[in-house]
Amino acid sequence: MRHHLILRVVTKMLVGTIILFAFYVQFHGDYSPGGGFQAGVIMAVAFIIYGIVFGLDKVQQVFPPWIVHKMLALGVLIYAATGIISLFVGFSYLDYGALSPQHPEHGQHWGILAVEFGVGVTVTGVMVAVYYAFAGRPPRLSDEEW
Amino acid sequence: MLVVTAISVVRLKSLFAIAMLSGVFSLLSALLFVVLDAVDVAFTEAAVGAGISTVLVLGTLALTTRHERPTKHSQVVPLFVVAVTAAVLIYGTLDMPNFGSATAPAQTHVSPDYLERSVHEIGVPNVVTAILASYRGYDTLGETAVVFTAGIGVLLLISGLRRRREDEDEDEEGRES
Repeated sequence: MRHHLILRVVTKMLVGTIILFAFYVQFHGDYSPGGGFQAGVIMAVAFIIYGIVFGLDKVQQVFPPWIVHKMLALGVLIYAATGIISLFVGFSYLDYGALSPQHPEHGQHWGILAVEFGVGVTVTGVMVAVYYAFAGRPPRLSDEEW
Repeated sequence: MLVVTAISVVRLKSLFAIAMLSGVFSLLSALLFVVLDAVDVAFTEAAVGAGISTVLVLGTLALTTRHERPTKHSQVVPLFVVAVTAAVLIYGTLDMPNFGSATAPAQTHVSPDYLERSVHEIGVPNVVTAILASYRGYDTLGETAVVFTAGIGVLLLISGLRRRREDEDEDEEGRES
């Protein structure tokens, strides 16, 4: 898409904002609508739009596939590990009160943040990986046929 | 508007227009969810349905063809199946309580309990997040695992296997020569 000047400029301006919004949705999810699933999708959208406008090679320089593939598993591990931490402190699995036994409310807060972060990481990874998988194949349609 | 979009999706033959219109359909249903006060669901629908799936459908289109092939089979049987399913679904809604009714199971069963407990037990203002991540922590762990499995599946189907087959081809060529 070398020739679409407006698209490229607008994308450059928007990508940062989209990522910022994703972080807002991610870490503000306990006060406002949103959470890990939505934040992960928005984060992935930032990379996907960059990939669409500037090409797959450029976005894979920023966000290489091997990191994406590690993120898939990392998110689930973060989630599961949060539960295991509470097992070690003597609470039941995924009981976030364990993270701060004096103030169970604070523990719940931290636990929800950690778990949502895990969800966000996995969802970002999956969405970007699926996009890479589709976009990485040589297309059968040329640009003119659209 | 939802109905108009759905009908035009069925009538159209150009797959590109259909992909765009299904994005529009998702956006409209997101608006519907906002009207129903389900902001979290609307958020997800707008981001996933209207955003990512449209891009993925377009990506798939680029790998296949642009136009729908005319069907060769008779369309009576599919029409019959769809009509019966729709009739059963509409029959199912007849028993549902009126919209916003105070005696509906959704208002009386567990929701008041969660609404009362979550404020002092979890201390998180967004009850949806409290239920999702804390009371229903196992479910969400399972959901994350499902998303993970789906991602792995797509990778295996679309990128991984192809690479391995190329490797095997190269191996065989190597052996033959």
